[in-house]
Amino acid sequence: MIRIILTICYILLAPLIGGLLDGLDRKISARMQRRVGPPLLQPFYDVSKLLTKRETAVTKSQNFLLISYMVLMILTGAMFFSGTDILMCFFVMSTAATFLYFAGVVTSSPYASIGAQRELLSMMIYEPAVLFACVGFYLATGSFNVADIAKSSDSAIMYLPGFFIAFVFILTIKMRKSPFDLATSHHPNQEIVKGITSDIGTKNLAIFTVTEWYENVFLMAVVSLFIVNENPISIVVALVVVLLVYFLEILIDNASARVKWQTMLKTTWVVTLFTAGVNLIILMIIK
Amino acid sequence: MAIIPFLIIFPLVIAIIMYCTRINKIRNAIAYLSAVVIMVSVGVLVCQWISKGMETITLYYNTELVDHIILAAEIVLMGVVTYLSFKYKKAWVSLLSICPTALIAYYEIFGPETREVVGHIYIDYLSILMCIIVGIIGSLIVVYAVGYMHGYHHSAHHSNVTDRRYYFFALLFLFLGAMFGFVLSENLLWIDFFWEMTSICSFLLIGYTREEEAVNNSFRALWMNLLGGCALAIAIVYFGYTYENVDLHTLVAMGTIQSKCAVICVALIAFAALTKAAQLPFSTWLIGAMVAPTPSSALLHSATMVKAGIYVLLRLSPAMSGTMTGNMIAFVGGFTFLITSFMAIAQSDGKKVLAFSTISNLGLMVACAGVGTSETVWAAIFLMMFHAISKSLLFQDIGATENALGSRDVEDMHGLLYMLPKLAIFMFIGIAGMFLAPFGMLISKWAALKASVDVRNIVLVFFIIFGSATTSFYWTKWMGKIISHSHLNGAQVKDKTKKNEMISLTIHAILMIALCALFPLVSETFVNPLVNEMFGSSENVLSNQVLFTLIIIIVVVFAVPFLAYLSSKQQTQDLKLSYMNGVNTGDNRAFTDSLGNEKTLWLSNFYFHKIIGSRKLMMPSQIFTLAVIVVMMCRIIGGVFL
Repeated sequence: MIRIILTICYILLAPLIGGLLDGLDRKISARMQRRVGPPLLQPFYDVSKLLTKRETAVTKSQNFLLISYMVLMILTGAMFFSGTDILMCFFVMSTAATFLYFAGVVTSSPYASIGAQRELLSMMIYEPAVLFACVGFYLATGSFNVADIAKSSDSAIMYLPGFFIAFVFILTIKMRKSPFDLATSHHPNQEIVKGITSDIGTKNLAIFTVTEWYENVFLMAVVSLFIVNENPISIVVALVVVLLVYFLEILIDNASARVKWQTMLKTTWVVTLFTAGVNLIILMIIK
Repeated sequence: MAIIPFLIIFPLVIAIIMYCTRINKIRNAIAYLSAVVIMVSVGVLVCQWISKGMETITLYYNTELVDHIILAAEIVLMGVVTYLSFKYKKAWVSLLSICPTALIAYYEIFGPETREVVGHIYIDYLSILMCIIVGIIGSLIVVYAVGYMHGYHHSAHHSNVTDRRYYFFALLFLFLGAMFGFVLSENLLWIDFFWEMTSICSFLLIGYTREEEAVNNSFRALWMNLLGGCALAIAIVYFGYTYENVDLHTLVAMGTIQSKCAVICVALIAFAALTKAAQLPFSTWLIGAMVAPTPSSALLHSATMVKAGIYVLLRLSPAMSGTMTGNMIAFVGGFTFLITSFMAIAQSDGKKVLAFSTISNLGLMVACAGVGTSETVWAAIFLMMFHAISKSLLFQDIGATENALGSRDVEDMHGLLYMLPKLAIFMFIGIAGMFLAPFGMLISKWAALKASVDVRNIVLVFFIIFGSATTSFYWTKWMGKIISHSHLNGAQVKDKTKKNEMISLTIHAILMIALCALFPLVSETFVNPLVNEMFGSSENVLSNQVLFTLIIIIVVVFAVPFLAYLSSKQQTQDLKLSYMNGVNTGDNRAFTDSLGNEKTLWLSNFYFHKIIGSRKLMMPSQIFTLAVIVVMMCRIIGGVFL
């Protein structure tokens, strides 16, 4: 029963939470840059304005590809909160991401295509760390099921510190934050304009933004899964950890400049191997 | 069950008829008819087997006459190889055929009498599955080949190739017959004969054009496969002398209880299977095989040849589970899976991408068989099924695309969906079947990953994790090319695909989607019993919860894009130009350059061929895997004797 409630809560509330996190992100970033920044609810104003505009697109198929992206992303989160297999969740997420790639390249527009290509490259780069995290959960708790992992007697992070570091590291790529924001940039006056979203506009852009919110909430939920155990207090701890991780991402975003894909590939895979990989080897020997 | 000898002999007879019929129309008609007959007889076989309760059946206990015929045929094969190796001045290759044949002949004539009389034919879930794959996919390839070869010999590209279609079709049928014999035989001597026959058929098919490159590549395929054949022959004779018995299931049973001689034999046969399944260091033969006309590539990659290697490994997997042989096979397979998927990223020739991805996927199957638990075998079976359909579809599709487009380069397929919509959709389905959720490949990867964690095979976990990331990369970028808007301004491409090619493609696409949709059912009714029969356990690999999730994913992933597409058709959207800094000339295909001229926009994918190209990676990984195999074989054989 609680699973169904959680799932419905995710579907209904994730955009709200995601939007608020986004607003918080902008606010904190602005303060870091000694600006006042927009109001906390600005992301909602943006999306509602995008929705009221007259619809434009470069090709008609963009719309259906982005809707598929959104629905599959919601499915990913819903599967996660209903407590099913975490590996399956990520597989569905990668299918969702494929639809985003299609929405980028279908236009044959130069900036969107280069952005999409880089997005695809990022997918390849972060996927090992994600799969490692799933394997780690399985080794630590004996199950791939989110419900079982969340009910384990110890927090998974006790066994999985390396996996946790690797996962937080790739969050920067997944959330498209600097220095790994190769696929899209926050400011349209840069070398790839807005990357994969360059030619996504009006309602389509609103869909994309809301999907990003869903995605961020899902990713933060995965972060909290490292902490949550059968003790209810752990949920509070998990919330604190999630906020800290989110703050860390904002800090990294503001403190670094975009790197080349070669650097991204090398650093990410080296970090993945030396944290998650080494952790995995140790875990396999002791468990 | 008279249907079994019919399945093996009928294609061989048709092969002779094909060779003798020199009138194209008549031969084509016979080819169609025989393809249908083969499909129907596979259906009959399946029905008979089901009506007998889907149980294991062994047949043909006294076969002295057939044994002699097979020995004679084996000597004929040896003669063919010897003649051709001398003709093309590669005499040393003939040694690889003469030695094992002499060994087998010596054993059959002077060797010990078999102690107990056992059946020569063995029918169970696995052989039925193989028969279905060979029968259905193989026959469809024949149907496709009729149209394709006609176009092949009428196109300007291949005007220098002598039209020897009678020979080509004879080989196709010979190959199918050999495959049926191979998967249905229980007697190792028969298996050896059919094994050699598939090696030689593929050799002749690759050399079909008789061009220099084709001849060189065909000899490479020949010696690599014959090397495997040598290992197989040694294993059989050694096993035969020790146990006075030459049937596969005794070997597996002895191997499972770690009997000394059987351990060595299993290792040797597993090594032979590596050559046939084109694993590193023997991968180059399958890549070289691309010089042959497309139907033979489709046949080698999907229904026959490489699947023979996987079939043998699956049979041996209970005997390999947890042994050093198993570790060697799992390591080589996993390594091949990872490295060749890197190489596939660097390819832009569509057929080469397919070739590398075949090797890569076979690597995963080999690794699964090497681990040898019920879960991994379950995964390997599904990988094999999906791979067979998907690869056959993709090869045929790429052949048809090449005929229309004049190129098989992935870069030239930019906007294929708008130029050749039907072929593009088939290609899309084929590629989706190779990696995307909910198609079975992904679920198999899931099972393989879980199982390799369960058996604590750390290295294999690493290989699968990184390999699956790279696999998605090269497939997705190809799919993106197909759907991108074309930059060719209104250039029309004529779809030259023949009706029979289309029929074959359509059936493949339907099979692909049906298998995906019925996946849970197939697992429940066929693959679980298969695995249970092999391992004697009765657990379901797919738990009910996963099954349930899976059905939801299947429904959503199929329904969402479809519904979204329908709803987006209703909407009215203002179309605008794509952003090009204000120099878009007005149709998204060109821009104004700095000199004020109009320049066409070309977009290209990432390939990184200088970093991970096959020229760079192939040699080192071949040396590495060869070293691993040599060291492990020494340890296995040494470990038994010391």
